[in-house]
Amino acid sequence: MNEAINLEGPGTSGHVDSRFTVPGIRCAGCIAKIERELAKEAGVEAARVNFSAKRVAVRHRTSVSDDAIIDMLARLGFDAQLSAENPMAQDDKDTKRLQRALAVAGFGMMNVMLLSVSVWSGAAGATRELFHWLSAMIAVPVIAYAGQPFFASAWMALKYRRTNMDVPISIGVLLATGLSLYETVMGGEHAYFDSAVMLLFFLLAGRTLDAAMRTRTRAEIGALLSCRGSNARIIGPDGSARSIAADALEPGMVMLVAAGDALAADGVIEQGEGMINNAMLTGESAPESVPLGGTVHAGALALSGPIQVRVTAAADNTLIAEIARLMDEAGQSRSRYVRIADRASRLYAPLVHSLALATFIGWMIAGAGVHQSLVFAIAVLIITCPCAMGLAVPAAQVVASGALLKRGLLIKDGSALERLAEVDLALFDKTGTLTIGKPHADIAMLDDDARKVALALAQSSHHPLSQGLADSLREAGVTPAHVEELEEQTGRGVFAKWRGVPVSLARSEPEADNSQHTHLRIADRTYPLEYVDALREDAGTVIAMLRDNRVESRIVSGDRSAAVGDIARSLGIQAHAGATPQDKLTMLESLREQGAHPLMVGDGINDGPALAAAHASIAPANASDISQQAADAVFTGPGLMPVVYAVKISRSCMHIVRQNFVFAVLYNVCAVPLAIAGLVTPLIAAIAMSLSSIIVVGNSLRLSRAGR
Amino acid sequence: MSGLLILIPLALGLGLLGLATFFWAMRSGQMEDLDGAAQRILIDDEDTGEQ
Repeated sequence: MNEAINLEGPGTSGHVDSRFTVPGIRCAGCIAKIERELAKEAGVEAARVNFSAKRVAVRHRTSVSDDAIIDMLARLGFDAQLSAENPMAQDDKDTKRLQRALAVAGFGMMNVMLLSVSVWSGAAGATRELFHWLSAMIAVPVIAYAGQPFFASAWMALKYRRTNMDVPISIGVLLATGLSLYETVMGGEHAYFDSAVMLLFFLLAGRTLDAAMRTRTRAEIGALLSCRGSNARIIGPDGSARSIAADALEPGMVMLVAAGDALAADGVIEQGEGMINNAMLTGESAPESVPLGGTVHAGALALSGPIQVRVTAAADNTLIAEIARLMDEAGQSRSRYVRIADRASRLYAPLVHSLALATFIGWMIAGAGVHQSLVFAIAVLIITCPCAMGLAVPAAQVVASGALLKRGLLIKDGSALERLAEVDLALFDKTGTLTIGKPHADIAMLDDDARKVALALAQSSHHPLSQGLADSLREAGVTPAHVEELEEQTGRGVFAKWRGVPVSLARSEPEADNSQHTHLRIADRTYPLEYVDALREDAGTVIAMLRDNRVESRIVSGDRSAAVGDIARSLGIQAHAGATPQDKLTMLESLREQGAHPLMVGDGINDGPALAAAHASIAPANASDISQQAADAVFTGPGLMPVVYAVKISRSCMHIVRQNFVFAVLYNVCAVPLAIAGLVTPLIAAIAMSLSSIIVVGNSLRLSRAGR
Repeated sequence: MSGLLILIPLALGLGLLGLATFFWAMRSGQMEDLDGAAQRILIDDEDTGEQ
């Protein structure tokens, strides 16, 4: 059952491999269902689910199209999307290189330690020399291979005349190896090969954890991203419709947009009724009626349909592309953020190097000779090599991101955690962030029979309002009635017969205010239905809890309607309505200039620049692709609670990181005088190094209980 | 001393074997889907013929 199907090899005799993103894979049952049922379909040879990446690799005959497989998956109950070749290839490669280096360092550490223990326990003379030579033969190639990530990064930093954590690490490792080789050749007493290799092993463990955290959450976010409309259906001159990729759209093409689909390009409406929802683009929650010939923008959601749109601008020329350019500029300020480990090393590296130098000069003055003074100076470097420091940050951050993942927040990297811990002001977008972003029907006025009929009608339509109604009814535990002669009339509603009487769920005439209406008709009784975009249930609690954590909240919305003010009053916070993307950006910049560290929580395309400019940012999983890519973290689920967890857990994470640094410094305060006094032997170095690392890792593990 | 002639190469050989196995496992894709492996143990074995 666990055999790996080799899907990488060249396709044999008319078979090809396709990969699909299937975000709905949640359990072992899903794996079994997809793999067994798909393999039974004609033309499909094998299917293999990658649970971590939420991907399915399918080997199938060339005669079976990718769309056909998406249909097969849909019949099994899974939404699928053809996934891009391998979006995470670069990250994957880095992680794999680190894992290989870690394995090599682990091998080297164990074997060198085996030999070192014998030396420590008293091997002398020829045996000690043999063991030193053996250690050298193992350690030198291991260091040359496993040290590469550090050497490369240190070299880059030095080339640009900066220092980072890797500079003292590389210098320490290389000097320790060099000294040990010299001692081995001269038949000396002490060799520090074990320290050098062990240092690399612990540091690589930290790096691998860091990389694993990034790939894990990016795979999840990648699965969320690729499941949205990067395709468009276009109508050829002969009237036939076909599906093409969004970036292949050209001005002049005619797109066919069904109700509930997002537009892939800017254009003008050529045919059909144009009720669209611009919430993603402007934050305005009320649907807009666009007349024939009116302009619609990419990212808008068609509420009625199908409509035909003639493309006027595609890909790089759309309004979205304009916003993307704003975002690029906004993201600059964040790239200037310096991570805590690098800030620490800026203080640490010069201190350590001058200490080592002082030791050398001190012993020279004391008359110990060049060789002996050099040995002591290098001992200082080895003992201060930031082993615990290298683990202090990643160990805490990987545990924190695991704790956040369990609570529904996917954090992109460690730098995001550090910035989240500093926020003191939260800005919320309204539509889709504070509210759910889906119309929710008020069903209080319906009696039992009406509810059953309403569900039967609503569940047969893909219209967003119908789906909103069906969701509300299902939540109330309603089972659908049996209706006959069901018929959906596009743009008008759903019509059927129930116990012989005509029933319908139809749209009402658009009204002036923002609420949206339909009415349910059973025989000659009419029930009006009102839809509101409901506030997320825990919004009030979240605002209060953020305040408890000294984070004030505000609403910044593109919506002009009175709804913004109503929500702000009910939550008791300030609000700014009618903000354009540029306004949001300017506001964030002025806040930053005043010294605040704003957290932006938003979902729309119009929030993109603000998400990129804020000190830290979070987007919900139903946000636009652009926003999810710009945000530091993405939360899933119906509640806003992950935002509170993000602030709380990132703060306790930084607390632990600082504790870890204190441990590392304390250890140095104890060990450095010994090294300067020339009392550090390889045995003491090895014990001190592993002890401090274990303390730091153990301390970090306490975080897994954080946020309870 | 003569014991070392056997034991040290033996220890190194075993270590190298472990390292080689890890590299092989990475190359053959065993590390691709760690969560999936944990889930797959819950899948019942294939039905043996009759439905």
